[in-house]
Amino acid sequence: MITTVTSLGRSGLSDWLIQRTSAFVMTAYLFFIVGYLIANPDLNYAQWAELNASLPMRMFSLLTMLSIAAHAWIGMWCVLTDYITERLIGPKATAIRIFFQLGMIAVTMLYVIWAIDILWGI
Amino acid sequence: MLNVSIYRYNPDVDAEPYMQDYKVDTQGKDVMVLDVLEKLKTEDPTLSFRRSCREGVCGSDGVNISGKNGLACITPLSSAVKGNKLVIRPLPGLPVIRDLVIDMTQFYAQYEKIQPYMINNTPAPAIERLQSPEERAKLDGLYECILCACCSTACPSFWWNPEKFIGPSGLLQAYRFLADSRDTATEERLANLDDPFSVFRCHGIMNCVQVCPKGLNPTKAIGHIRNMLIRSAT
Repeated sequence: MITTVTSLGRSGLSDWLIQRTSAFVMTAYLFFIVGYLIANPDLNYAQWAELNASLPMRMFSLLTMLSIAAHAWIGMWCVLTDYITERLIGPKATAIRIFFQLGMIAVTMLYVIWAIDILWGI
Repeated sequence: MLNVSIYRYNPDVDAEPYMQDYKVDTQGKDVMVLDVLEKLKTEDPTLSFRRSCREGVCGSDGVNISGKNGLACITPLSSAVKGNKLVIRPLPGLPVIRDLVIDMTQFYAQYEKIQPYMINNTPAPAIERLQSPEERAKLDGLYECILCACCSTACPSFWWNPEKFIGPSGLLQAYRFLADSRDTATEERLANLDDPFSVFRCHGIMNCVQVCPKGLNPTKAIGHIRNMLIRSAT
């Protein structure tokens, strides 16, 4: 068995489990944010800033950001390996695919770093 | 008169494939799609397709009938004709050899990969390896596959990665041996499936279930394989 080197978990099962778990975290975050907004109709900036500056909320937000990054990595990797292949676009496919895969990974990591900067800069 | 449109391609003569129109008098009878093909073949002997048992057992005549994969021999016109028109194409995703005949090498290569035979290196008993009725029941819905390729060629994941993704048919068979109480190679079989392609290219869209002429459920079998992998890897 050849181990894939640009997939997130290096194994199908690992990727699958991460995909499901990250989806659960994102759903929980979505429900929390929507629920919070509904529960606080007259929300002001001070209250919103206080919520997001608290450590539990920062951890929850970062966990969600990491989930988005992992979810996107796995999903994009699937899309790229489906469509940018020699079968579909010819002999240059491998070089193009690696370029997009590494680019996608770099962008994903930059987003995570940026998110940390934002969350801890509040 | 029924309008029939058939995919034609003879690589020795044609530069590219084309659709040829025929008119067939079915005398108002609800015959099978294969009967229409047979009738056309008597009029135009150059029309090529595979067929053998003509009763849904051999799996030779899998074709794309009005957009849906199926066996021509057990698909009645009443379920295939839309607006007095019948469109027949080869199964999608595999190379066409001629007309409705496809090259199934890739499909069989995936089948071969899952080692579709019993592996048991323990000494053979005097008469036979016994199974309880419950153990035997686990093979129902799995052993009936006739390898017609209707499911795998309906699967986009198989279209894009036919050399890496085993496909619904092969995976149904893989589970048939994983589920067999007499087989002792479960760990090796699972180890060969834990890469991001073999099993996990299945995104559960269930095209395979929709087209299977034998009413089998490869998506469910793939779910069982996933559960077995989780059980042994966590």
